[in-house]
Amino acid sequence: MPASLFPPYEDLLRILPEIVLTIAGTLVMVLEPALRPERKRLLGGIAIAGLLVALWGTAVANLFRGPAFHQMVVVDGFATFFRALVIVVGILAVLCSIHYLQRERPDSGEYYALVLFSVVGQSVMAAANELIMIFIGLEISSIATYVLAGYLRDDRRNNESAIKYFLLGSFATAFLLYGIAWIYGAAGTTNLVEIRRVLSTPELAPPRFLVGVSAALMFVGFAFKVSAAPFQVWAPDVYQGAPAPVTAFMSAGPKAAAFAIFLRVYMTAFEPISNRWEPVVWLSALATMFVGNFAALLQNNIKRLLAYSSIAHAGYVMVAVSAHSEIGTAAAMFYLAAYAFMNVGAFAVVTHFARQGEKYVDVDDLAGLGHRQPVTAALFSIFLLSLIGIPLTGGFFGKFYIFKAALEAKLYWLTVIGLLNSAVAAYYYLRILVVMYFHEPGEAAQTVSPVAPGVKIALWASAAGTLLLGIFPSVILDFADRSAALMK
Amino acid sequence: MPSSYPEQYFPIVLQIAIAMAIAGAMVAASYLLGKRVRNPVKDSAYESGMVPVGTARERFSVKFYLVAMIFILFDVEVVFLYPWAVVYRDLGLYGFLVMFLFFDLVLWGFYYMWKKGVLDWSEEPPRS
Amino acid sequence: MRHLWLIPALPFAGFLLNGIFGRRASKAVVNAIAVGSVALSFLWVVKTLLSLGGMETPHAERYFTWIESGILNVGFELAVDRLTAVMLLVVTGVGLLIHIYSTGYMAHEGGYYRFFAYMNLFMFFMLILVMANNYLLMFVGWEGVGLCSYLLIGFFFLRRSASTAANKAFIVNRIGDFGFALAMFLMVVQFGTLDFAGIYPAAAEMPAEQTAGILTAIALLLFVGATGKSAQLPLYVWLPDAMEGPTPVSALIHAATMVTAGVYMVARSSALFLQAPLAMDVVAIVGLLTAVMAATIGLTQFDIKKVFAYSTVSQLGYMVLAVGVGAFGAGIFHLMTHAFFKALLFLGAGSVIHALSGEQDLRAMGGLRKKIPLTFATLLCAAVAIAGVPPFSGFFSKDEILLAAHHHAPWMYWVGVITAAMTAFYVFRAIFMAFFGDSRGHHHPHESPPSMILPLAVLALLSLAGGFIPVPRFLEPLFPAEGAHHDFALVAVSVGAGLLGIGLAWLFYVSKPGLADSAAARLGALYRLVYNKYFVDEIYDATVVRPLIGGSRAVLWRGVDAGVIDGAVNGIAQRSRDLGILLRMFQSGNIRSYAAWVLLGSVFVLAVLGVMGGLR
Repeated sequence: MPASLFPPYEDLLRILPEIVLTIAGTLVMVLEPALRPERKRLLGGIAIAGLLVALWGTAVANLFRGPAFHQMVVVDGFATFFRALVIVVGILAVLCSIHYLQRERPDSGEYYALVLFSVVGQSVMAAANELIMIFIGLEISSIATYVLAGYLRDDRRNNESAIKYFLLGSFATAFLLYGIAWIYGAAGTTNLVEIRRVLSTPELAPPRFLVGVSAALMFVGFAFKVSAAPFQVWAPDVYQGAPAPVTAFMSAGPKAAAFAIFLRVYMTAFEPISNRWEPVVWLSALATMFVGNFAALLQNNIKRLLAYSSIAHAGYVMVAVSAHSEIGTAAAMFYLAAYAFMNVGAFAVVTHFARQGEKYVDVDDLAGLGHRQPVTAALFSIFLLSLIGIPLTGGFFGKFYIFKAALEAKLYWLTVIGLLNSAVAAYYYLRILVVMYFHEPGEAAQTVSPVAPGVKIALWASAAGTLLLGIFPSVILDFADRSAALMK
Repeated sequence: MPSSYPEQYFPIVLQIAIAMAIAGAMVAASYLLGKRVRNPVKDSAYESGMVPVGTARERFSVKFYLVAMIFILFDVEVVFLYPWAVVYRDLGLYGFLVMFLFFDLVLWGFYYMWKKGVLDWSEEPPRS
Repeated sequence: MRHLWLIPALPFAGFLLNGIFGRRASKAVVNAIAVGSVALSFLWVVKTLLSLGGMETPHAERYFTWIESGILNVGFELAVDRLTAVMLLVVTGVGLLIHIYSTGYMAHEGGYYRFFAYMNLFMFFMLILVMANNYLLMFVGWEGVGLCSYLLIGFFFLRRSASTAANKAFIVNRIGDFGFALAMFLMVVQFGTLDFAGIYPAAAEMPAEQTAGILTAIALLLFVGATGKSAQLPLYVWLPDAMEGPTPVSALIHAATMVTAGVYMVARSSALFLQAPLAMDVVAIVGLLTAVMAATIGLTQFDIKKVFAYSTVSQLGYMVLAVGVGAFGAGIFHLMTHAFFKALLFLGAGSVIHALSGEQDLRAMGGLRKKIPLTFATLLCAAVAIAGVPPFSGFFSKDEILLAAHHHAPWMYWVGVITAAMTAFYVFRAIFMAFFGDSRGHHHPHESPPSMILPLAVLALLSLAGGFIPVPRFLEPLFPAEGAHHDFALVAVSVGAGLLGIGLAWLFYVSKPGLADSAAARLGALYRLVYNKYFVDEIYDATVVRPLIGGSRAVLWRGVDAGVIDGAVNGIAQRSRDLGILLRMFQSGNIRSYAAWVLLGSVFVLAVLGVMGGLR
C-alpha cells in the first residue's frame, strides 16, 4: 500500500512548469546572497532561463492532458494557454527589469525570485481545478506581487502602492475564501466538476440562496483581482506607485491568471446558476468600461492613464465573460493574450523613458519622442494603436472576437456600449500619439538615452506579438477555440 | 437526518448563542457584582510592579521583528513534524521523501536568511 | 511541397535587407541584394516550373489558415498552373532585366537603396498577385503593387508634379479597387468562399437564369477593378501622369507587369466572365475604345515617355479586347510580347533620356542615330515588334487578337486595324524624330553603360523572336481555342496597315519634315482636341474633382464636420470630461474609503446574486 502513495510520474509531468519555476526561484534566492554585487545581473539570466524551461515544461505537460493529484489540478488546453501566457509575460517583465534595477538599486536578486514565485502562483491558478488550489495559487501570486509593488523600499510611492495593494488585496481575498467556505458547506466539495454536478442535480442541489451568496462572495474576490468595477478602486493608485516594470507585470500576468480562474469557476462550477450571475457580470462589465475609459480621459500621468486603460480592458473581457459561451471564453483568452503583449510593450516604453527615479511619467514629457527616437516611438505607436483596436493589430481582433461573441449571445446593448467606449478610449491613446509626434521635443525627449538591450528585446518581442495576433489571429484563436471547452 | 440546510447548522447556531450568553453573563456579573474603587495605584499600568519609565511607543530595531517572524515560521514548521511523526510508519518511504523535500526547502530559506545577516546582531551593516 | 513561397519571399527578403540596412550599405551591396534576390527568385521559378512538368492541374500549396470567420475560410495559399507559369516567367524575367538596367540608370540618383527596396517590394506583391489561389490574397498583391506604384511614381517626391501624379494614381486606382472589393463581397455572399477552386466550378454549374444577374454583377465589378489597374476607359488618366516616376519604374510597373494585372485577373476569372456574356461585351467594347482613343492621343504627343505611355494604354486596350471577345490565350500572349517590347521601348527611351541628361521632349532630340547606335538598334527592334511587322513578336500576338475580334464581330476587327496603323505611325514618329534628321538640342549625348545596354539587348532579342513562343497553345487546356482560323487576307490587311503607318511616319518626319506641322495646322480644332488628350483631365477636374472638393469644403467641412460632428463631438467630449471629474472624486487615495467601496460593492453583488436571485 505505501508504494501507491507515490504519484504517477505523469502527475509530476503535469505540474512540470510549476516545478521548474519553483526550482529556478529558489535557485535565484539562494544564489543572491552568495554572489558578489557586480555579478548579480546573472540572476536575471537565470530567471529568464528558468522561465524558458518552464515554457518548454508547459509544452511537455500539454502532452499529458488530464487531471492530476486527485483532480486538484487539470492540464487541458485552457491551462496550457494561460500557463504559456503568464510565463511569457514573466519573461517580458524580467527583460524590462534588468536595466531598471541596475538603474534604481544595485542588489536585485530577490526581485527575480519574486517574479518567478508570482508566475508559479499564476501557473497554479491556470491549472487549478479545485477551489483550495485556486486559493493557494492566488495567494502565492498575490503575496509575491505585493512585495514587488513595494520593491524599492526607500521610495515613498512604492510604499504607498504596496500597502494599499496588500491591505485591499487581503480584504478581497478574504471574501473569496469566505465564498469557498460557503460553497463547501453547501455542496460538500471544493472540486469544480463535483460542485457542478451537485448544483445541476435537482435532488442534491442546495438552496439557491446559499449558492448565490457563495458565488457573490467569490465574485468579489475575482473582480478585485481583475480590477473590475466596483472593485477597481485600488488599481490606479497601485499601478501608479509601483515600479514601472512591476506594473507591466502585474497588469498583465496576475490579471490574466485571475481571469483564468474566474472563467473556470464560473463556466464550470457555477454554470448551473448562470442565469443568476450573468446580469451581475453584465453590469460589472458595463461599469468597468465606463469607469476605466472616462477616468482615463483626464489623466496626465501616463502610468495612471494606462492603469485606467487596464481597467477598461478588463471591462471588455468581462463582456466576453458575460457572453457565457465557448466563443466568449475563446474571445476572452485571445484578448488577454493580445492585451498582455500590447500592455507590457507600452509599459516597457514607460520604463525606458521614465529615467532614474521615474522622473518623466507625464504624457507631456513624451513630447517630441517621435523625432528623437523614431523607432521607440513607432513601437509605442503600435502598442497604442493596438490598445485602441486598429486593424492589423492584436487589439483589433481581440475586440472583434469579443463583440462578436457578445452579439451571438444577444447582448446587443452591451456591444453597442462597448463599441462607444472604445471610441472614447481612442481619444486618450491618440493624445499620446499626438504629443509624441507633433509637439516640439521637451527636456525629457532631449535627454533620452539609448534603449537598454533588455528593454529593446521586450519591445520588439511585444510588437511582434501584437502584430502577429493582428495579422494572423488564427494562430492563437484556433488554439483558444479548441481549448474553450472546459472540463465539466 | 435534518431535512434542510439551515437545520443542519442549528447546532452551530446554538453553540454561538451559548458562547455569547456565557461571555455576556460573565461581563454582566462582574459589572453588577464588582466593587468600583479608583485610586492612582489601582490605575497604574503594573499594579505592584515596576514603574514604567518613558513612553511605550519606542522604536525597536527591525531585527526584533525579523527574529520574531523567523521564530514563528520555524515554529510552525516544527509543529508540522508532529502529525507526520505520528503517521510516519504508514506513509513509509514516500512520507520520508516528501518531508525531506520540505525540510530541504526550509533549510535553503535558513541559508538565505543567514547569509543576508538577519542573525547578525553586530552594529555594522550586513554584507551585500 | 515545392516551396512556392520562396518565389515571393526572396524579393521580400531583399526589400527588408535593403530597406533596413540599405542606407548604410554601399551601392554594390544594395545592387547585389536587389538584383540577386530577383535573380534567385527567377531561378527558383524556372526550377519549380521544370520540376512541375506539364501542369495539367494546378499545383497548390496551402501554408496556413489566414482568416476564419463563420463560413468564410481564407488560406494563405499559392498555386501554379499554366497561366501563372507564363506570368511568373514574365514578371521575374523582365523584372530581373529591369533591375539590372536600373543599377546603371539610377547610379547618380539620391535614395538609391530606397528605390531598390521599393522595387523588390513591388516584385513581392506582384508575385503574390499572380500566385494567389484566392481572391483575397490576390487583392493583397493587388493593393500592394498599387502601393509600390504610388511610392515609385512619387520617388522624386521633392518634385511637386511627381507627388501629384502619385496621388492621382493612388486615388484613381482606389475607385477600381472599390469595385474589386464589392465583387469579393458578392462572391462571399453567393459562393461562401473566395477560393478559385471553389468559385469556378460553382459558377460553371449555375443555371443560366441565375447567372444572368449575380454573375454579371460580379464580373462587371471585377472589371471595374481591372479598368483601374490596367488603365482602361474611364480610369486610364493616371497612367500617362505616372511617367513622373523614374523610367525603369515606367518600364517595370507601368508597362510590363502591374498594369497587366487587370488583364491577368480577367483571364484568371474566365470561368466567371464566360458565364456573363453581357459583361464580356462591355469588356470588349471598353478595350477597343481605349485602344483607339489612346492611340489617337499618342499621335500628337511630344514627350517621348508620354507617347509610350499612351501606347501602353492603347496596347492594354488590345489585351482587354482580346479577353473580352473570349480569346484569353491571345490576350495573355499579347501581354507577354507587350512586356518585352514595351519594356524595351521604355528602357530605350530611358537610355535616350539618360544620354541627353534628362531631356524628354522629342522636339529637342534628333540625329541621335549616330551618337547612340546601340540604343537606336534596340529601340528599332521594339518598334518593328509593336508595329506588327512579320515575323516579329507583336505581329503574332496582335494578329491572334484581331482574328479573334473578327470572329466575334467584324467591325471590331476594322477598328483594331486602324488602331494598328496609328500605333505603327506614332512609334515610328517617335523613332524618326529622335534618331533621324538634325540634332535640334544642344546636348552632348553619350552611350549608356553596359549594365543598361545588356538588358536592352536581351529584350531586343525577345521582342524579335518572342512571337515564336507558343503561348496560346500552351494555355489551350485552360482556355479552349476560339474557332478563329488563320485567314490570310485578314492578316495581310493588318500587316499592310502597320506598314502604311510606318510609311506615313517616314513621309511626315524624315522625307518632308514640314508636312507634320502643316497637317496639324490644317486640322486645327481637331488636332488641338487630340493634342490636349480630349480634355479628359479637364472634364474630370470640372465634373468630379472640383465639385467634390467644393462640396466637401462647403457641405462636409463647414456644415457637417464643423457644425454637426464637431458640435456633437465637443459636446460629448465635454460631458465625458464631466463624467471623468465625477469619477475622479471616488479616487480619493484614502485607503479606508477604498475599503468602503469594496464593501459597498460586495453588498451590492451579494444582494443581487444571493438574495434577489439575479436581476431577472
